[in-house]
Amino acid sequence: MIEVKNLTKRFGPKVAVDNLSFTVTKGEVLGFLGPNGAGKSTTMRMVTGFFPATSGDIQICGISMRDQAEEAKTKIGYLPESAPLYNDMTVSSFLGWVAEMRGIKGKAKKEAVSRVIDTCFLQSVAKQAIDTLSKGYRHRTCLAQSLIHDPEVLILDEPTDGLDPNQKHEVRRLIKELGKEKAVLFSTHILEEVEAACSRAVIVDRGRIVADGTPAELKEKGDGSLHELFRKVTTRDTAKVA
Amino acid sequence: MKTALAIYKRELSAYFTRPTAYAIIIIFLILVMALTFTFGRFFRIGDANLEYSFFFWHPWLFMLLAPAVGMGLWSDEQRTGTIELLGTLPTTIWSAIVGKYLAAATVCLAAVALTFPIWITVNRLGEPDNLTIFSGYLGSFLVCCTFLALTMLVSAFTRDQVVCLIVSVAICVLMVLCSYGDFVIEASKNAPRWLVEAMLSFGVWDHFRSLMRGAFRLQDFVWFTTLIMASLIGTSAILSARRS
Repeated sequence: MIEVKNLTKRFGPKVAVDNLSFTVTKGEVLGFLGPNGAGKSTTMRMVTGFFPATSGDIQICGISMRDQAEEAKTKIGYLPESAPLYNDMTVSSFLGWVAEMRGIKGKAKKEAVSRVIDTCFLQSVAKQAIDTLSKGYRHRTCLAQSLIHDPEVLILDEPTDGLDPNQKHEVRRLIKELGKEKAVLFSTHILEEVEAACSRAVIVDRGRIVADGTPAELKEKGDGSLHELFRKVTTRDTAKVA
Repeated sequence: MKTALAIYKRELSAYFTRPTAYAIIIIFLILVMALTFTFGRFFRIGDANLEYSFFFWHPWLFMLLAPAVGMGLWSDEQRTGTIELLGTLPTTIWSAIVGKYLAAATVCLAAVALTFPIWITVNRLGEPDNLTIFSGYLGSFLVCCTFLALTMLVSAFTRDQVVCLIVSVAICVLMVLCSYGDFVIEASKNAPRWLVEAMLSFGVWDHFRSLMRGAFRLQDFVWFTTLIMASLIGTSAILSARRS
């Protein structure tokens, strides 16, 4: 479903993503771990077609993001890191607009909007203006827009960031549920989330994959602790530059 | 292009759910009427023609108001991060540019069209040449669209609306002043001839004045469409470059 081969991204002299390759198949939830600035968001932005890659290839359901970006984008639902929304709209009008942008119209549009409102528990704020929403609701509204076209591929950049423990639990449950039918790629730096929601995880550091496996395998590598492995394979901000 | 229509509708409704469009339209109407009846000497001229009493003021107002309409077009998208949402939806950058630009142009069209009572007035008072008046309106709208396109280009550079407003107003003011009669006369006393020529062709007056007088000249349409298209192409280039 998602096939990334030798993906590289340079910003001037800085290499943000360095020759990264991975695949996510249907029914798999891949956790993307790494310290801040490891290149997680940059990778996701390339996979979703927002940034062009410096080199490498991205295939979404067999469609190349480089050559047929518009078609490839129809297969993806994406939740950006900061959960950006148009503040002047109401929740339901925003979701309706995203549906229209995705070519869903009329009755199907109404159904799609009410389906995602139910899935993401937005009933109580559906008619509310987005700029009056709390952070949790904003996040869920953005998550709802990523599900509106029932995509085959779901890419979520820190989907639980800024949510309270109850909401975090709900979102993890939702990701796990959605992962049965779709290919899900989600980034986080909360290690507990990996065990709670992922079927596989990779750890990224300085734009490279430094560990890859199921949560159980990764735990084993870290002598029974994911935290231990994470500290071992990633570079700390405080570490001296070699 | 279906997505361009969806973007157009969203942008237009955003203008009218916020006070922006209302404020700009009302300010334009008040100022243009006040100028027409005071400095424009609408009644004292005693001529059923809108050239100097009414249309003359339009570029002076648009140089300040068109940037206010367009300042948020891309800077706001970049500040709030919604550009990432737009960039990952199955649409092209051109659909977004066209949709947004047309929405802003519609706000300007509404402002220009709502001055229609003055057109009714001159028709009641005398027998004006309505084709000339239409040509004046067309010229006025084209000036506004040109300023709007330039503002859109500036807004692609920055995420700060205030910076966008200041820079675009400066460019528009320059375009109005540099070909304005008194200014050109002063400049031609000292500046070299090529510079005066350049100022005249960069400014709006040469092209607007002929339309204001009811003369459709091909070179004016070429000038307006070239500037608008160049600004839109520039916007697309800047937005693409900022992502890579």
